[in-house]
Amino acid sequence: MGNHKKYWKSEIELSSDNGMIDDIKNREFVDKLPSELFLSDEKNLKNTNTNRRDFLKYLGFSTAAATLASCEGPVNRSIPYVVQPERIVPGIANYYATSIADGFDFANVLVKTREGRPIKIENNTKAKVKSSSNARVQASVLSMYDSLRLKGPMREGKEISWEELNKNIIEELESMKANNSPVALLTQTFASPSTSKIIKDFKRKYPNVKHIVYDAISESTALDAFEIAYGQRALPSYDFSYADVIVSVGADFLGDWQGGGHDLGYVKGRVPVRDKNNKAKMSKHFQLESNMSISGANADKRIMLTPTQQKIALAKIFGYISGINIGGELPEKIDLSIKQVAESLINAGKKGIIITGIDDVNAHLLTYAINDLLRSLSYKKNELSLIRNGNDKEVLKLIKDLNNQEVKGIIMCGVNPAYTLANSDDFISGIKKANFSVCFSMKNDETALESKWVGAVPHYFESWGDNEMISGNFSLTQPTIRPLFDTMQFQDCLLKWMSSESSFYDIIKDNWENNILNNTSWNQALHDGFFKSKEKKYENIYNYLDLSDYNIVANKLPSSKSLGLELVLYSKTGLGDGQQANNPWLQEFPDPITRVSWDNYLTVSKADAKELGLKNYNVSNGALDSNYANIKANGINLKVPVIIQPGQAKGSVGLAFGYGKTNGMKKEMQVGVNAYKLYHNFNSFQNVEIEPVDDNHEFACVQLHNTLMGRGDIIKETNLEIFNTKDIEEWNSVTKVSLNHIETPVNSPDVDIWDEFDSSIGHHFNLSIDLNACTGCGACVIACHAENNVPVVGKSEVRRSRDMHWLRIDRYYSSEETFNKDNNRKDGISGLSDSLSVFGQMEEPSNNPQVVFQPVMCQHCNHAPCETVCPVAATSHGRQGQNHMAYNRCVGTRYCANNCPYKVRRFNWFLYNNNDEFDFNMNDDLGKMVLNPDVVVRSRGVMEKCSFCIQSTQAVILKAKREGRTVKKGEFNDTCACSAACSTGAMKFGDINDKESQVSVLKESDRVYHLLESVGTKPNVFYHVKVRNTDET
Amino acid sequence: MASHYEAPIRKPLVTGNKSYHDVSVDISNAVEGKANKQWWIVFSISMTLFLWGVGCIIYTISTGIGVWGLNKTVGWAWDITNFVWWIGIGHAGTLISAVLLLFRQKWRFAINRSAEAMTIFSVIQAGLFPIIHMGRPWLGFYMLPIPNVYGNLWVNFNSPLLWDVFAISTYLSVSLVFWWTGLLPDFAMIRDRAVKPFQKKIYSLVSFGWSGRAKDWQRFEEVSLVLAGLATPLVLSVHTIVSFDFATSVVPGWHTTIFPPYFVAGAIFSGFAMVNTLLIVMRKVSNLENYITIQHIELMNIVIMITGSIVGTAYITELFMAWYSGVEYEQYAFLNRATGPYWWAYWSMMTCNVFSPQLMWFKKLRTSIVFSFIISIVVNIGMWFERFVIIVTSLHRDYLPSSWTMFTPTFVDIGIFLGTIGFFFALFLLYSRTFPVISQAEVKTILKTSGDNYKKLRDKNG
Repeated sequence: MGNHKKYWKSEIELSSDNGMIDDIKNREFVDKLPSELFLSDEKNLKNTNTNRRDFLKYLGFSTAAATLASCEGPVNRSIPYVVQPERIVPGIANYYATSIADGFDFANVLVKTREGRPIKIENNTKAKVKSSSNARVQASVLSMYDSLRLKGPMREGKEISWEELNKNIIEELESMKANNSPVALLTQTFASPSTSKIIKDFKRKYPNVKHIVYDAISESTALDAFEIAYGQRALPSYDFSYADVIVSVGADFLGDWQGGGHDLGYVKGRVPVRDKNNKAKMSKHFQLESNMSISGANADKRIMLTPTQQKIALAKIFGYISGINIGGELPEKIDLSIKQVAESLINAGKKGIIITGIDDVNAHLLTYAINDLLRSLSYKKNELSLIRNGNDKEVLKLIKDLNNQEVKGIIMCGVNPAYTLANSDDFISGIKKANFSVCFSMKNDETALESKWVGAVPHYFESWGDNEMISGNFSLTQPTIRPLFDTMQFQDCLLKWMSSESSFYDIIKDNWENNILNNTSWNQALHDGFFKSKEKKYENIYNYLDLSDYNIVANKLPSSKSLGLELVLYSKTGLGDGQQANNPWLQEFPDPITRVSWDNYLTVSKADAKELGLKNYNVSNGALDSNYANIKANGINLKVPVIIQPGQAKGSVGLAFGYGKTNGMKKEMQVGVNAYKLYHNFNSFQNVEIEPVDDNHEFACVQLHNTLMGRGDIIKETNLEIFNTKDIEEWNSVTKVSLNHIETPVNSPDVDIWDEFDSSIGHHFNLSIDLNACTGCGACVIACHAENNVPVVGKSEVRRSRDMHWLRIDRYYSSEETFNKDNNRKDGISGLSDSLSVFGQMEEPSNNPQVVFQPVMCQHCNHAPCETVCPVAATSHGRQGQNHMAYNRCVGTRYCANNCPYKVRRFNWFLYNNNDEFDFNMNDDLGKMVLNPDVVVRSRGVMEKCSFCIQSTQAVILKAKREGRTVKKGEFNDTCACSAACSTGAMKFGDINDKESQVSVLKESDRVYHLLESVGTKPNVFYHVKVRNTDET
Repeated sequence: MASHYEAPIRKPLVTGNKSYHDVSVDISNAVEGKANKQWWIVFSISMTLFLWGVGCIIYTISTGIGVWGLNKTVGWAWDITNFVWWIGIGHAGTLISAVLLLFRQKWRFAINRSAEAMTIFSVIQAGLFPIIHMGRPWLGFYMLPIPNVYGNLWVNFNSPLLWDVFAISTYLSVSLVFWWTGLLPDFAMIRDRAVKPFQKKIYSLVSFGWSGRAKDWQRFEEVSLVLAGLATPLVLSVHTIVSFDFATSVVPGWHTTIFPPYFVAGAIFSGFAMVNTLLIVMRKVSNLENYITIQHIELMNIVIMITGSIVGTAYITELFMAWYSGVEYEQYAFLNRATGPYWWAYWSMMTCNVFSPQLMWFKKLRTSIVFSFIISIVVNIGMWFERFVIIVTSLHRDYLPSSWTMFTPTFVDIGIFLGTIGFFFALFLLYSRTFPVISQAEVKTILKTSGDNYKKLRDKNG
């Protein structure tokens, strides 16, 4: 075969008669070049010359070539891995299960990391408890990249080394031990078995140490009451999914009451699902409260009571149930309602539950007793909640001891008493008197400033830890990134101070393997982040309280008299206890109720505001302003802006914790007033005096119009009875238009002027939003913020109605008692003068309004008004139902935003990144680490909006493609950041061409409607009619 | 269109016993003479405003649209208000030159030159806004259907904004050609009279070698007629298309089929008012009272009155349609216009546009120079408010009450608007000093039929 192979050498071979071929063939080696001959011919060489043009050509070429060769591209300094980590693949996200336990928020979460950077938090749905993350937990990823974090340990404000700190503290501790002078260890609630073990060992080594647990917002009375009733200082846990009747007296259990996380069980009972007989059931929720809380907003019946009345009401409920007569005056109408509440509870029996948020041991005792009498299934007293363990009395004693120099050393971790204590001045003077004070903190906060030694602690993404949030349910905290700074965990320090060789990690692992895991795999537990122990620790709490023992308690409760106005302190969804006050996402997060961002304020009822001379008013660009109220209580004066709050009980005012921080904070973030100053004796009810201050305050409120104006097709709602008994036309009718004088529903293709897109091939995405399941918590808002690199624009821009949130939760108040009456009132308008006056009146919310939350994002219309008007086709329809936005193509005419009936498009009015005018996380290198590399950061002058998280749906498709398969059933479920963050299941995302996906099933529900259906936009987002369990028919 | 018989009862269009030579002298006076002090004062004010506007525009483009008062709900306000307002003002020029030419209205000869100049200058102002209102004006060329290397990346022919691009550029070019064509014999006249070589050079350049031969005149007449025919549809089309920006949307208060005729009538209304404003001053300053007579002003006032009534009818029809439609959003939008937070804008508009022109029914008022001048200003204020009302009050409270908000202008919004006014007047003032402000060639054609001396002669001699 080889013989016949012919290799071409030259085209000369084509002419067969050329002798040259043979000549070459026969010579094995080529001739040498005759260079010598050429060079030796001097005469000829002298005659030849390179002419000028050639010379210039050569010169030019060689210069250009040399220049080009010496050029180098711009150097981007990126440091490659010396050893490529096994699981870090550029472009592929890794998830780690971990848990947050900052003393206020406790949750099991998944951390998404990209190229080794944690960038987002998701719910760890595998965890059996505390698997929902609220807005603050969602935002905690940004707190890791806070540019004002402590970078290392300090002594009196000067940077030192950990060795120095540890050496000095050990010396101090040893000398204190020798003198037997007491040292206090003041910490947050850890709920950590391994930390408890370390502290126990630490106390063994230094017997002079006393451990005091301090919760900034205290649940001490509930803990004390539980101890009195059952002998265990802990909190019961609650599962509202078992309840038919829920009564809450002043407890914002959908908010932060007792550590939050109660919304999951609650919502299970609140979504009406039809059974075989086509009947649906849902629980009935009574809320008796002073401030308008998220829980109150979701309640079926909300009774406005001042704090004093709350106590009377609770005692009366007890009285009606136990049959004893309770003193205390309530208006007759309220008394009647309370009787009704008590009857509902009795009728519900074990399916009833009562809870309270009153900071009074007696109040909690009464609810425990009632729940025991009812044998309430929701009341889980042998599954203890361990996430609040503060002890007010001990904290107050500590302050006294410090000042009397009975305690001479203090070690603090996870607390900021110099900010959170009402009597913080006493505390500060106390620690000044101490021989040594150590504060472990992430920030140079108020307490760190006053402490001699400051230990910089890592963020929980950089830490090890373990938690037992609900007894028997263990979670692990694992690092997801190397510590960014020279930080050390508090537990590691304690171990160092005990001269222990082991690290906190060793202790945790050891503790888990020996005491918790029960021979199951540590690696599996670390992978899951969660372990449920089969062991039942608190089974012994089975005794039921006897009601008759509590008659005295019930009579004691209402004894307090109200003196003038009563202040109710509460925590806001955005900032909670204020730990993350330097987090711009949370500052810009609009409060679910008032929709005010960047502020706290005194909430006042309209009647009180009028009496006191407190005012809200809108300036010419619509922005909200107020005058100030001066709050006087316990010798403290506080100048606070005012919000007139519908639903605020007359005689009560509200103020949120968490604001007014000034240390370790960027200037823009130093907003609001410190309400802890009024948190006298850890009681959230305070008697106050209020007078107006004639000064103007500017709010940044994202929603300037509060009522729905009777527009019942925006939020369709009905009540359970109508839902169960009436035809769908009665409660979810589609608007009709006339087609050749025949009434035709607007969603019929016959009245559509556009051709339908073919959505039968491939994927077609839909998002379902259940208005019954949405509590308005706002976790989705922050999740969307984090996922999509949404910029923070700051207070003054929000004030100009230029917030950038892609997803907002609209909150409406009814103008009459109910939304239904609003609709009827609007429909009943007759004549011009009537409409003039009625519409004017409908702008005012009712005194105790119904409230509704409606999450609104881009509706991804199949017939999108924005698409037709864009002159450059920057926004166009996708094959998968999305309405795309090509930022590069956008020239910024804003026509699309004008033509969007849902007003979800957001314009980049300025450059929001790398701009000192907007000094938030996108303006510093550290803060930018949180950016999602899959989503572009938009430039100035372009329009942006919700994309249905196209980066995530594409990732699913690409993954399937890479693996050579079709997309699995349900693989798109909850790929959107909002629906993934929504723990209650109010938002469900998926592919409707996958007939088994959750969203396809939801789309078949008779509760489905589209927002502004009559405009004909055919959105890919659909809502479920809100069903209330009200008596009104 | 040479001399023809004019009924003796018709008032003379040229007064003051003018001969052909007088006409030439009167009209070239402004060009050949020196500017007086008032001219310089007004010109300096205009230039100051213009430069202030330029500063504001530079600030906007370098910092971002955020320096304006717009927000997430109100995405257009003064920018598009000003745009539509200037475009509207531009309408009178074409109407006077084209439509009145086709209808053989001889009175147009005295005013068409300036009206067309005004058209071009105001279209320049209008054209500025679609460019600077963009978030990224440096990418404005994306709006043009330019073949590119991105495959089938193309403009969106569904978008009314794109139609605007074509409509306005067509309008501007046709108006410019029409205007310049009319200018040729007049430039030639000034060229022929010029004594300084520089002026002679310039005017011979701009007169395109006009020789005054019969052939020139014949072609001139033909081109004028053809351009008039082309421009007439533009009178209707431009503002119709501008109105489509609103009419094709889904915003309650914008989504209205009445908009095209309503906008065209409004445009002519405001355009004639602006012509009145300018000419009442100009006839005084440039001593042209004999050419732009009270009769001219009266005729324009009549047009203002009629179009004002059409506009008023349109307003009322809108209200009726909102009620009759039964659509609650539509009803609320109009109720909100009249009684909502911007009621003052609505009632300013109603007073200025609907009530004030009705006074023109009185002959005494419509022949009063001072009154005409005041009304012409009032009408343009009203028409500015009309656009503001349509744009802002529809947007600020549309479908979802959660997004309702208000709009307030910043100093930049105001500065840019004042800047365009300054620019407009600066251009007009320069024009009035360098261009033949009256179409003298055409005036001469009617001198023998409509000149008062000839009319008197005819009266006397029969």
